[in-house]
Amino acid sequence: MRQIDTVIIGGGPAGLSAAVRLWEKGIRDILILEREHQLGGILRQCIHDGFGLTRFGETLSGPEYAQRFISQVEALGIPYVTDTTVIDITEDKKVTAASRNGMLEIQAKTVILTMGCRERTRGAISIPGERPAGVYTAGVAQSYINLQNKMVGREVVILGSGDIGMIMARRLTLEGAHVQAVFEVQPYASGLPRNILQCLDDYGIPLYLSHTVTEIRGKDRLESVVVSQVDDRLQPVKGTEKEYFCDTLILSVGLIPENELSLSAGVVLDERTKGAVVDEHHQTSVPGIFAAGNVLQVHDLVDFVSMEAEELADSVAAFLKEGELRSCSLAVKTDGNVTHTIPQRISGTKDFKLSLRVRRPMKDCRIRLLQGGQLVGERIMKKAIPAEMIQIPVKAAKLNEKEDLEVKVIC
Amino acid sequence: MLKNFTCIMCPRGCSITAEVDGTRMVSAEGNFCPKGLEYVYQELTNPMRNIASSVLVEGGELPLASVRLSSPIPKDRIFDVMEEIKKVKLKAPVAMGQTVISDVLGLGCDVIATKNVGRA
Repeated sequence: MRQIDTVIIGGGPAGLSAAVRLWEKGIRDILILEREHQLGGILRQCIHDGFGLTRFGETLSGPEYAQRFISQVEALGIPYVTDTTVIDITEDKKVTAASRNGMLEIQAKTVILTMGCRERTRGAISIPGERPAGVYTAGVAQSYINLQNKMVGREVVILGSGDIGMIMARRLTLEGAHVQAVFEVQPYASGLPRNILQCLDDYGIPLYLSHTVTEIRGKDRLESVVVSQVDDRLQPVKGTEKEYFCDTLILSVGLIPENELSLSAGVVLDERTKGAVVDEHHQTSVPGIFAAGNVLQVHDLVDFVSMEAEELADSVAAFLKEGELRSCSLAVKTDGNVTHTIPQRISGTKDFKLSLRVRRPMKDCRIRLLQGGQLVGERIMKKAIPAEMIQIPVKAAKLNEKEDLEVKVIC
Repeated sequence: MLKNFTCIMCPRGCSITAEVDGTRMVSAEGNFCPKGLEYVYQELTNPMRNIASSVLVEGGELPLASVRLSSPIPKDRIFDVMEEIKKVKLKAPVAMGQTVISDVLGLGCDVIATKNVGRA
């Protein structure tokens, strides 16, 4: 069986960033496995701009952002294969992949999980009604329009205010479709404020909060959707139903890290993130298996995906040199205002960045990191919204090696 | 008059409240950086946006090449520029950064390709 130091599962932004950084660290026995025909992952279809401000200090489109890393991979000669789907990873890091050229079996010393995430579908949110054509997730519609030159419809309703949904509202409008409205079940938008402005407000597309689609109608093709207001428990309110005639319903109702392979490798997942439980090295519960990017936690910006994967690569390089990493026995605990954190475990001996999201929009709040009641980190925010991933750097000098880290939000 | 703005200069998306007299900004608060003031000024005088779309490619490994503008254009010219972009058909290969329309509609910016598309 072929032996490789590091196998990277997925050639999107996280995988590419990790590969380049590993190479720079002197780790050369790398292989990137990508299931699509080209590298770049989801960025290939994200043709809008706004990527790269943090990582590169300029605003780029998705394909340009991806190409920066692809060009580096090519220039450095980092090995990769495309059209190759990983079908199994074992706990002892045997990777099996399928391609037209047959099966590939590799014994890896380390495995980097960078498979990204997938979209929640109609089934996941159980919308009642008929099952006509014309119901798409936002990313699928984006792929049709931006990669395959296929228009998905003319009269459009969008459910969910995720960033991709709002970006598709603008894209569909520019391509001549009529987007009637965006409906969001929560009392706040799930995407970034700038997208509400430049994708909806700019084109006169209304955003209705606390509304959801409660019925889908149409025999062959979608004919209409019924929209209802919801109460504070997100339950539809009887008597508020309104019918919208449309041929297309776009769903932008959330993303789920794609972790089937992680599970087959015995990696423990976090119920909250649906991604792996990791320590400050981005190492999962299986030593030598690491995770970063949207497979670990759904990010708001690709810049943070790259930076997370680069930090991961530093740990992988250290693992390969030293054979193991310092164990992390301290837990990161959160209060009810925080949905999750990455990492979930720390050692108390290393600087790290804590990523988290708040559960609901909050004003004038302090996010406090405490160890045994002692303040070890803090972020004061005028406004905090669930759409935004918050990152707080923590210095090892302030930490002890005995007590768990508590994350509290005070308003 | 007090007016609220959502800054779009970066993903932070500051909510800025500005005291406005016609198209003049008297004062503003809520912006994290000076770009926010620039943005409010621009919104009051001449709102600018960048747009992205794609153009047809003949004989390419993909049917489309994505494009964007080299710099923002006045918001009210977006659909005019879209019409121009729709007229374009490129021959493969297309190189990222290649000018697709130079000085589109005399607006002082180019439509540029944002993707490499090789020959089929």
